[in-house]
Amino acid sequence: MNVSVGIPASASLALVSAVNLAKRYPVSAGWFRRDRSFIHAVDGVSFDLMPGETLGLVGESGCGKTTTGRMLVRLTEPTDGQVLFKNQSGDLEDIAHLKGAPLKDFRRRAQMVFQDPYESMNPRRTIFDTVAEPLHVQKIGDHSERFERVSETLSMVGLTPPASFLFRFPHELSGGQRQRVAIARALVMEPSFVVADEPTSMLDISIRTGIMQLMNELADRLGIGYLYITHDLAVARYMCSRIAVMYLGKIVEMGDTEDVLQYPVHPYTKALLSAVPVPDPEATRDALSIKGSVSAPVDPLPRCRFYDRCPIADDYCRDNDHPPLEDKGAGRLAACHKA
Amino acid sequence: MTTDPVLVVEDLKMHYVTRAGTVRAVDGVSFAVARGQSLGLVGESGCGKSSIAMTLLKLLPDNARLVSGSIILNGVDLTTLSEDQMRAHRWDRISMVFQAAMNSLDPVYRVGDQIIEALEAHSASAGRDAMERVRELFDLVSLDPTYIRRYPHEYSGGMRQRAIIAMALACEPDIIIADEPTTALDVIVQDHILREMQAIQRSLNMSMIYISHDMAVIAEVCDVVGVMYAGKLVEFGPTTEVYARPIHPYTKALMSAFPSVRGEKHDLTTLPGEPPDLLDLPAGCAFHPRCAYATDECRTSIPPTVQRGDHWATCWNPVDDLGGE
Repeated sequence: MNVSVGIPASASLALVSAVNLAKRYPVSAGWFRRDRSFIHAVDGVSFDLMPGETLGLVGESGCGKTTTGRMLVRLTEPTDGQVLFKNQSGDLEDIAHLKGAPLKDFRRRAQMVFQDPYESMNPRRTIFDTVAEPLHVQKIGDHSERFERVSETLSMVGLTPPASFLFRFPHELSGGQRQRVAIARALVMEPSFVVADEPTSMLDISIRTGIMQLMNELADRLGIGYLYITHDLAVARYMCSRIAVMYLGKIVEMGDTEDVLQYPVHPYTKALLSAVPVPDPEATRDALSIKGSVSAPVDPLPRCRFYDRCPIADDYCRDNDHPPLEDKGAGRLAACHKA
Repeated sequence: MTTDPVLVVEDLKMHYVTRAGTVRAVDGVSFAVARGQSLGLVGESGCGKSSIAMTLLKLLPDNARLVSGSIILNGVDLTTLSEDQMRAHRWDRISMVFQAAMNSLDPVYRVGDQIIEALEAHSASAGRDAMERVRELFDLVSLDPTYIRRYPHEYSGGMRQRAIIAMALACEPDIIIADEPTTALDVIVQDHILREMQAIQRSLNMSMIYISHDMAVIAEVCDVVGVMYAGKLVEFGPTTEVYARPIHPYTKALMSAFPSVRGEKHDLTTLPGEPPDLLDLPAGCAFHPRCAYATDECRTSIPPTVQRGDHWATCWNPVDDLGGE
């Protein structure tokens, strides 16, 4: 897969294409101050997502992974850059300018699943109302057709028999069941693209595996392209064919998941991997080579974002701009002067 | 490490009385922690692991009832102490580090002053001595001493957790109870803090109870591990033993459901069903509705204890190699 910075060469095959996406949030510098600073939450992120592919976006809190996901489904407007989405006629179009019917079509085909199944549902609405709401908004089908479709979707996500769930309220369900409802709500529109933002991080291990398997199964069966956002590399290993590692608004490494985990190239990816505890008391891990913690990218200096914490950075990294995400061989992309 | 126990918990039962019925949050738990040892309690939400922490510290809400059992810390049974006597023990002999580091610090006081307050309350030291002690503690947990005079909101999440650990160490307790202390932190910060906690625990020869849902963290931090399910310890033993040769099907299922970034990518197995309702526990073994090995006796009778040296589990159908019929 060839993905380059700028307009991707493989764009015509992609389902979704992020082109130099950026989001900057102003931070007020005090009363009556006019010159403002900006948090560069996402800063020049480009990638392609193929139909049916699961791309993982991993990184620590504040790295911009959620903001990127929200921009892809137009819940957050980008400051710069474009999101191209394959429309019904198979052409990539810029979602920023969609209005009316084409926007509605996009809303139907791009869905999002949120992290917290306790917060993402209206407690006063039944499961049927929750899952049928998008159908209602899109004016799809009459009541009995909606009923049919909601029931089908509920059994698809493993809430069987659907009749025993339709008229219950969120508080009557467990966390795992609620997350299944959230997935059903996204799938009831038969989307081609789903952004899943940490859909399993609030769930217990014994429940989590079931949800992970369900999402994998549905991706295979329905050919949905997922952007899977997670902080957990072990979960990404099981969910994603490719991963992109983000640090302070930038993708620092991207490639085949197993490849990246076995042979990380970027020093940040290496550090992140070495920090993950292993469920084996006999295993030993190398001591970590990086220090400090993630800072907010407020008006970052024109140098590598990882410079302050990098164990291998030198004067070149200090004096030159953030390195481009470039091919380091065998399809691996990394943004590092030294790698 | 010596084997004289610092803490011995015997048949501890703590129930919550609610309008819907009695919740058996801690239901007959026994274990001992030796000096310098770290015990991990692992389990899923609602298994009672945090309730054990609150019971050991006697920080229980009004609807909680200590039904039976003893908590013997250095020969003193904490269950018999009055609230005033208990207050003297807390921080001094037994202290805690909680998950929500933001809520454990008072936002309107400087962090250093909060630690000094704890020191003075236990007359460990006062005035200039106390300030000196705070400096030592900040050094111990790798916090910049200039932050002594700063407020909690000026700290990052990891720094706040370090400050909480410093506070817990202030009076040199015999045992420290850490309830998911790194769960809200990013993985790199978590790694730093875990390494520091281990180093401190070893250098002070302090005992620790480490509570977590994360099998990987427990594997790294703890010498001994107890697996909890529905208010009971279902398996207990040296960490290496329990992870290499689990006896209880639940422990085995937890391990094979846990994804790892290293090693072979094995298939993750799914545990059917959901954790039980503590108001309405299944008869016999509480795990039987989800257990692949369940037989008739599991559905009706309390499972016996299966002993393998210092490693045990309560199960009718142990899944380790020795457990054949």
